[in-house]
Amino acid sequence: MSALTSTDEALHAFAADVGQADPIAVEGGGTRWQIGGVLHGSARLVSAPVGIVDYRPEEMVITVRAGTPVAELHAVLGEAGQRSSLPERGGTVGGAVAVGESRLDLLGRGSVRDAVLQVRYVSAEGEIVTGGGPVVKNVSGFNVPKLMVGSLGTLGLIAEVVLRTNPTPPASQWIRAADVDPVAVRNAVLRPSSVLWNGSSTWVLLEGHEKDLEHEVTALSSIGEFVEVDGPPDLPPYRWSLPPADAAALHRETVGGFVATIGVGTVHADTAAPKRELDPAIAVVTERMKTLFDPKGRLNPGRSPQT
Amino acid sequence: MSLLSRLRRRHAPADPLVVALQDVLDPQRVRNDGAERSLTSHDASVFAGGLSGPICFPTTTAEVQAITRVAVEHGRAIVPRGAGTGLAGGAIPLGAPIVVSTGKMNHILKVDTENRVAWVQPGVINLDLSRHLRPKGFHFAPDPSSQQVCTLGGNVANNSGGPHCLAYGVTDAHVLAIEVVLPNGEAVMLGGLDPEPAGYDLRGAFVGSEGTLGIATRIAVRLTKNPPAVRTLLLSFAETRDAAQTVSDIIAAGIVPAALEVMDQRMTVAVENYVAAGYPTDAAAVLLAEIEGLPAGVEIDAGRIGDIGRANNATGVRQAASDEERALLWKGRKTAFGAVAQVAPDYYLHDTVVPRAALADMLEKIYEICERYDITVMNVFHAGDGNLHPLLVFDARVEGTLERVHAAGAEIVRASLDAGGVLSGEHGIGVEKQGFMDEMFSDADLDHQNRLRNAFDPTCRSNPGKVLPMGHSCADIQALRAMPTGVWG
Repeated sequence: MSALTSTDEALHAFAADVGQADPIAVEGGGTRWQIGGVLHGSARLVSAPVGIVDYRPEEMVITVRAGTPVAELHAVLGEAGQRSSLPERGGTVGGAVAVGESRLDLLGRGSVRDAVLQVRYVSAEGEIVTGGGPVVKNVSGFNVPKLMVGSLGTLGLIAEVVLRTNPTPPASQWIRAADVDPVAVRNAVLRPSSVLWNGSSTWVLLEGHEKDLEHEVTALSSIGEFVEVDGPPDLPPYRWSLPPADAAALHRETVGGFVATIGVGTVHADTAAPKRELDPAIAVVTERMKTLFDPKGRLNPGRSPQT
Repeated sequence: MSLLSRLRRRHAPADPLVVALQDVLDPQRVRNDGAERSLTSHDASVFAGGLSGPICFPTTTAEVQAITRVAVEHGRAIVPRGAGTGLAGGAIPLGAPIVVSTGKMNHILKVDTENRVAWVQPGVINLDLSRHLRPKGFHFAPDPSSQQVCTLGGNVANNSGGPHCLAYGVTDAHVLAIEVVLPNGEAVMLGGLDPEPAGYDLRGAFVGSEGTLGIATRIAVRLTKNPPAVRTLLLSFAETRDAAQTVSDIIAAGIVPAALEVMDQRMTVAVENYVAAGYPTDAAAVLLAEIEGLPAGVEIDAGRIGDIGRANNATGVRQAASDEERALLWKGRKTAFGAVAQVAPDYYLHDTVVPRAALADMLEKIYEICERYDITVMNVFHAGDGNLHPLLVFDARVEGTLERVHAAGAEIVRASLDAGGVLSGEHGIGVEKQGFMDEMFSDADLDHQNRLRNAFDPTCRSNPGKVLPMGHSCADIQALRAMPTGVWG
């Protein structure tokens, strides 16, 4: 049942804070504050509620308030041998969901958009709205959580989410080799958690049972000389989203220095990604969506996930 | 009827809608006779059929666009239809809509194993795709029980699941891009092959929208690499509760099997009588656990699952010794619904989800409810997801039975909500659970779902009368059940 109970006082307080009238935005960790345009100066900043509401490891779900730091979420999950697909870069859970960017190890942990099972947000009218459901499988009604992930808070201000968690693998190892075909590397192992390529070197994150990792490393040794490393390379500042085939065929001449996620298509590059235009018919649906959810344009004015 | 009047009838002015459709489509692919319209008035559920308008069989996106434009010009609704295997009434035509069958859009357009994506038309049958991919070492992960006949377009519309969605996720985790003909006739690409397409996740909103946001005409699906090692375990239990507890304990131990399926005794007996798959018929419940991945981890997890079962009083732990034995166990599981025919002529297959920890209590509740209504119930379900499928078997010819079946079903749905669950895990809302939507969602929640729908379909053109309950736009069911003016019976 989505009917709110007395334990949801923090949500009601947040809704009251958001109110119904003036331009408004939620301030999280501020780590992705530039994405999607500059927030209009008239917007009042509020903070989302914090804290973990409910965690049942055997259900592989956690209910957490949007203002909770991702680091805190992962600390709690880690104690139970679990983790989530949210990126850790100093921000909040709500910020990570509103931005919707996935981690480097998406292949291992899944995407952010697949992790959000239920979302509670405050609407432009100041009401608390629930979309989705608190269990791992649910097709009850329209998929509002998917719409909220990556929406930059332009359709509603996220207050609380139920996230899918997954078990932390027993073993985990980054390895690196120079001058190997990164796509061949990806295909030589069953489920690498990450394959990164900077145009010359390839990094692989292998996770699972120790013996299987040894087996995978052996399989990869026929492709190149891999050495164990502490982690992924440093990432250039800008983020591109490309079809995986294009990401695997990048050149430094086009984007400058880069780190591409093989099999995924996210590219971290020295140069900014070109502005992306929506297909006109999609722009019409998008505009209608925004107008229906936020008729007065008060939610995160100035920002848009279309860019 | 006199010869003259028969001749007159044959030459009577044709319906202008049919004429317009035959103008944009090969006339052979516009069907309007009573027998065909009667067939498309139902899906595979127990719900009363609707009223189908002309049925079109397009082969291209452009033809779907042309049909949609005819619908717009004639003020008629439009309903996409795959194989008609839906169990919630999602494809039942209301308001004499134009029915757009995807039956002739059944081609696998492109398979790119290097980038793990295939482009398919919506009428491709789920299992046909996986069969096509098998020699290349890949498969399409969602595997609904109806996979031998259901279509990928239908899987997208319902966000279908299946036994192997426990580890891999349901359809929306395996759909990258969808070409959609919007209810105004425009064709757009939702999502993309890149991981973070610009704008709102309209692809995510479309998957599972039950045909209410437009018609998928091309789908880019993710391919999953076949694992090198697979182990299938069959655990038997004298108490159903022990089987349910084993499921919870496996997940709590940090193991995510590819599948965790439970069948109760009535179900295993029916399955054994039907296909003799090797299930023990004396166990109160059996748990089918499948682990796949790399060999060492699979061995370790198979051992741990056996141990967890034995700690929960399993009376038998058996590992399939060969591919044949494994295939036979799955054949038994996947033909469960066919096996029911020998028990009673009719069945109503329910679909709810509860938290895994609530499974044991929920099963007892289901038995109690069905006993109270004097209905035979059999259980076969995706235990790892907490996704229950109580199968109420009955003979609809016995007066008053269907009413008791519906009353028992309603109690089961409400008990699932009370246990912290949801209305549907994979069948959808359709017409089946519209009446329960306001028990799971508040008015504000439903209003926002309605806004999402309206952004795609402001004129309620696409599959009206579904998902959202009365009181929301596109949901005036009574009006849709009535025959629009100018429509023959």
